[in-house]
Amino acid sequence: MKNIKFLIAGTLFGIIMFKSEAASWYRIQEMFRFQSIHMFGIIGLAVGIGVPMVAIIKKVKAKDFSGAPIVFQPKAWSIPRYLIGGTIFGLGWALSGACPGPIVVNFGAGFVGYLVVLGFALLGTFTYGVLRDKLPH
Amino acid sequence: MEFILQPWPWYVSGVLIAMIMFIMLFFGKSFGFSNNLRTLCTMCGADKYAPFFQFDWKKQSWNLFFLLGAAIGGYIATHYLTLPDYVVGISEETIADLSKLGFDRPDGYVPESQFSLEALSSIKNWVILGLGGFMVGFGARYAGGCTSGHAISGISDLQPASLLAVVGFFIGGLLMTHVLFPLIY
Repeated sequence: MKNIKFLIAGTLFGIIMFKSEAASWYRIQEMFRFQSIHMFGIIGLAVGIGVPMVAIIKKVKAKDFSGAPIVFQPKAWSIPRYLIGGTIFGLGWALSGACPGPIVVNFGAGFVGYLVVLGFALLGTFTYGVLRDKLPH
Repeated sequence: MEFILQPWPWYVSGVLIAMIMFIMLFFGKSFGFSNNLRTLCTMCGADKYAPFFQFDWKKQSWNLFFLLGAAIGGYIATHYLTLPDYVVGISEETIADLSKLGFDRPDGYVPESQFSLEALSSIKNWVILGLGGFMVGFGARYAGGCTSGHAISGISDLQPASLLAVVGFFIGGLLMTHVLFPLIY
């Protein structure tokens, strides 16, 4: 089962999200009120390590476990797509108190309200897929 | 063990999240959670309604295993890695701000008044959870990624698009928290 390693990585991710409190509705509120370093510290440090890590991977042309080169897909530049899409996402992030990963983590932790959030997140993605051609990108 | 049972400080968590990103790169994949929402739509038959969903979802099955793991991780953390009477330690300022909106002092991980089974008897709660979820799912795909794909992976790769997406995340989040919350609650 080659997918077992992703199940294990996901389990670690879920534990980290929960234990770091990054999946807590309260921490998201605290973040959007700039009342603690907590969330900014988590994301800032992850990125602070991630930037040199990605740079080194590119520099040494590192390979993954199977020997294939690790590639990064550049994202095509667009203002409306990222600004409007990002803003809608942010509205939902603050209202539900969770982004997609933590929605699932919270559901696993037994907070059933997040099953509703997940169901409507799927509906939101479906609606985007249907309206895609009509939206500015 | 005591250290694990306590909430993890940000400087530990930040390092661990970077580690997850590295593990995924080493496995030949990129760290991005919200793609799963598209995959799940396709599995449920959305490919009949829009070309956006016409792709071989089996190629994304690795990410669904990651999603399943995330739920298992949430279960393990709350049942085995947390002390009884655990309460999220947010700042007193936030507690004071939230009490003005009618939220009780935190007594757990998320507000029970909103996310417990009993809370689902309130229509207002359904609207809040539904609208919140809808905008997360719609916005993540519109912006081409969520917190993991843009704020962590994309910015680590110095992608200007990801930086703009994160600016958008904060415009939306600040608008909701400071302008819309007082109207909703």
